[in-house]
Amino acid sequence: MSDKAKNFIWRAFLYFCMLILLLLIFAPLAWLFISSISTRAELLSVPPHWWPHEPTLQNYLDILAPTETTSRTARNFRYALTNSIIVSGTVTLVSLIVGSLAAYAFARLRFRFRRSALLAFVSLRMLPAISIVIPLYVVLRGAGLLNTRTALILVYLSFTLPFVIWIMTSFFQSIPMELEDAARVDGCSRLGALWRVIIPVSRPGLVATGVFAFLLAWDEFFFALLFTSTPDAKTVPVAIAEFTGRHAIDFSAQATGGVLAAIPPVILALIFQRYIVQGLTAGAIKG
Amino acid sequence: MKTKRILGILTAIMMLSVLSLGVPASAQDEIVINVVGMDQAGMTPEELDEIARLFEEQNPGVRVETSYVLYDGLHDLLVTSISSEPPAFDVVLVDDIWYAEFVDAGWLLDVTDRITDEMREGIFEAAWDITTVNGRVYGMPWLLDQKYFFYNTRLLEEAGFEEPPRTWEEVEEMSRVMKEMGLVEYPMIWSWAQIEAVICDFVTLLYGNNAEFFDENNQPVFNSPEGVEVLEWMVRMIDEGLVNPASITSAEEDVRNVFSQGQAAFATNWVYMYDLTQDPEESQVVGEVGMALMPVFESALEEGILSATIDGSMGYSVTAGSEHPDEAWAFIEFLTSEPIQIEYSAHQLPIWEDAFESEDLIALNPVTVPMFAEQFPWSHVRPKVPYYNEASRIIQVAIQEALTHAATPQEALDNAVEQILEVAAEYED
Amino acid sequence: MAPNGRRLSDYIRRLGNLEMNEGAFALILILPSVILTLGLILWPLANTFVMSLHESNLARPQRQDFVGFQHYIHFLGNRMFWETIGRTFYFTFVSVGIELVLGIAIAMLISAKLKGWRFLRTAVIIPWAVPTIVNGAIWRWIYNADYGALNGLLLQLGLIDKYIAWLVEPHRAMNLVILADVWHSAPFVVLIISAALVSLPVELYDAASIDGANGWQRFTRITLPLLRPAILVVLVIRTVEAFRVFDIIYIMTRGGPVNGTMVISYLTYQETFSYLHLGRGSALSFIVSAFIFLLALLYVKVLYTEDVAV
Repeated sequence: MSDKAKNFIWRAFLYFCMLILLLLIFAPLAWLFISSISTRAELLSVPPHWWPHEPTLQNYLDILAPTETTSRTARNFRYALTNSIIVSGTVTLVSLIVGSLAAYAFARLRFRFRRSALLAFVSLRMLPAISIVIPLYVVLRGAGLLNTRTALILVYLSFTLPFVIWIMTSFFQSIPMELEDAARVDGCSRLGALWRVIIPVSRPGLVATGVFAFLLAWDEFFFALLFTSTPDAKTVPVAIAEFTGRHAIDFSAQATGGVLAAIPPVILALIFQRYIVQGLTAGAIKG
Repeated sequence: MKTKRILGILTAIMMLSVLSLGVPASAQDEIVINVVGMDQAGMTPEELDEIARLFEEQNPGVRVETSYVLYDGLHDLLVTSISSEPPAFDVVLVDDIWYAEFVDAGWLLDVTDRITDEMREGIFEAAWDITTVNGRVYGMPWLLDQKYFFYNTRLLEEAGFEEPPRTWEEVEEMSRVMKEMGLVEYPMIWSWAQIEAVICDFVTLLYGNNAEFFDENNQPVFNSPEGVEVLEWMVRMIDEGLVNPASITSAEEDVRNVFSQGQAAFATNWVYMYDLTQDPEESQVVGEVGMALMPVFESALEEGILSATIDGSMGYSVTAGSEHPDEAWAFIEFLTSEPIQIEYSAHQLPIWEDAFESEDLIALNPVTVPMFAEQFPWSHVRPKVPYYNEASRIIQVAIQEALTHAATPQEALDNAVEQILEVAAEYED
Repeated sequence: MAPNGRRLSDYIRRLGNLEMNEGAFALILILPSVILTLGLILWPLANTFVMSLHESNLARPQRQDFVGFQHYIHFLGNRMFWETIGRTFYFTFVSVGIELVLGIAIAMLISAKLKGWRFLRTAVIIPWAVPTIVNGAIWRWIYNADYGALNGLLLQLGLIDKYIAWLVEPHRAMNLVILADVWHSAPFVVLIISAALVSLPVELYDAASIDGANGWQRFTRITLPLLRPAILVVLVIRTVEAFRVFDIIYIMTRGGPVNGTMVISYLTYQETFSYLHLGRGSALSFIVSAFIFLLALLYVKVLYTEDVAV
């Protein structure tokens, strides 16, 4: 066989792989969406209706534009969306501010135990939630903080903060020292230099880290499951988990929740794709 | 600069969505009663919400905030939410089998003195057992339920059977005929997932084979020869394809779905299933559903045991730390009052004895009301021990081990009894 | 507002100008993080350990009897515990292994720059962004024995002649959960490996082409060795994450059937919040931490010995 033919077959094979891959990526998502616009009866048909005969947006309307007769489950899902947005947003903001300060110190200043302290933060990121959940639960319960968004915000810092420190340190390190020195020569204070030179330059890093922290907080399930049980603080993952079990009959409702829960992180990931990849590379590979 | 613009837009969208979505509003002078109920058997969340709205109308200044979870998430939710100060919920739905544990922990309000004579005399005596621990009452019985036997009348007719089966042997025989005729792939569907539901089915079959679950001293005795026979029968039914293999991952709602689609001839479930099988939006077997006394094995029938089933009752209680115990109790009283219980009797039957003579109730539920009276004398309760949850989990795994041939029925049950005795020993002090 | 703002910035400038020594300045910057970390991670961690030495029950928190290492001894001699550890390792190794191989293959496919490669690169990110709980719910629904899409598809393609109850058999249930996890996590591997591929030196490949090395040889002799640091990092991050898996198990199988998907995090959850055994649950969670700590050590070692410095 000639090289040309071989090459042709090889490329055809690669295109084939690509096709299969795209199919595998999108089929489950498509099925989620189709389920969310199907009626219960159609979802239970055998074999499945791959496209509903009578598509309906009722599930979305129930959650997004409830009326007097809307079930409380749908209404509570709205609260869950609000809670998730508030909790994830606040956690992102706080951990970015607090974490960046520490990261700056690790990246730029010389002090004792710098290296070991940084290593300690890096390894803390690895700790499983389960190993700290019991005392946290007991303390929050004693303080009357269960079922509050405050509790979730506090607890979520335990995993977003080490993450921010870890990634931002490497970002700050990648900024040339000279930039800051120049600012200092021009009469900027340390903080002034941090604020006027370092922060603007590392905006891509901050954005990537922020998006990442937001995704981490949005995705979190374990703490939310244990620390929240009323609509006051329950987040989206918990609300979705509570739909299961009635999975067959109510899957259309659960799928709707799933679509709504997936939209914010997917959009964020798509918009900030470039930054996320940069952030991952900087954070993960350069350490 | 592009980043900045995108960020700006995103922030704006987020702010807007937060504003438009809103949070649970609570006015200053309002008393809020947090209630947790169940999104499974019994009244549907929609019905409970309706009752809550009625209560709010009659009690201005009190708002009832309801949450619902699945039965299998309820226990863990309760232990993490009602042990706090103040508890997340004022009114909680408690299963029969958890009362001992929760009272032991001091989480429920003693309401003995709030029970009126009218309640004491009007409500089934057996119902009080649900909420009574050591002679004190900790709640109102609410869901008086048991598992019933359902069959698909059309499938039975097509197979040439005129009467529903009385024994499990007949069920097996009829199933075999229907399978061979190709009427239905798997004639039986059960709830044998690794959850409490499998215990309910197992206990039903145990007492139907004249065996016991726990004896009168709360000792596990389900590994008796009769008990092992039951598990052997379960395994054999799956192996022979008479029971849908999906039973091993099925809960009650899965049973209802399969049965409602006409894909099973026999099923057991709580009373709520009947009404839903008659709803054309939920079911394809409207008008084709029969209910009969839960069958037993032949050997038991010969000894005069006509039927055996599991009692799955639940009660509503006020949490010990509730800041509004009076309003919470008032809501429970309203929820369990006779008129409300009769009006909302489609998915659960009243706890009031004389309601069963009311023509309204019978007119509303011509099938289930007579069935309740017939079945209830044959209903068995599970033991009230503080470690019930752990014991149950051990038996669930044992049954599943046998069903999937990881162990023989004898081994699995012996092993389970041994483990439960170990757990029980830890609680002896 | 203006004068106030002015004064504040003046104040900050003066603070910065104090030219305190670097150590003190660093301490101020780090302090908030340290306090939060101490309160939210280290104190609870220490507390977990103390609790693991006591017999205590969530229902009776006032009663705590010191029992020493009894809980640890209980678990180390417990068959169920070791089976659970074994299952957790199985989940970890199989899912991470598949994700790694698949991830590298997909990254190579993207780097081949066929038509539409940009679209593929973007599409790959989506499963990773879908929340874990939603992912579990999707797959649970797809695997559904009576109405699932998997059964419907296979039946219509004629590959099966009747619906199969996929999650009934313990081993199969575990493998299907792994499959769901791979769908969700392989994209993460793709992201990192793709980024690493972009930065590889082109000259080496040109040299190799001249030497007459074929595609496979170029891949094994040049690409893979160069990707080593990235692969190691991905390997450790994913291993740690997989070892503490909880969410997807909770939503898909709750540890069943027959404990076939019972992993260590779920066992700990059950021991603590279903059986209320705080002491025993703490001991289990401390054991998990110990395993993870070893992995984390490995991670730090990998990160900081691989020609990269802090």
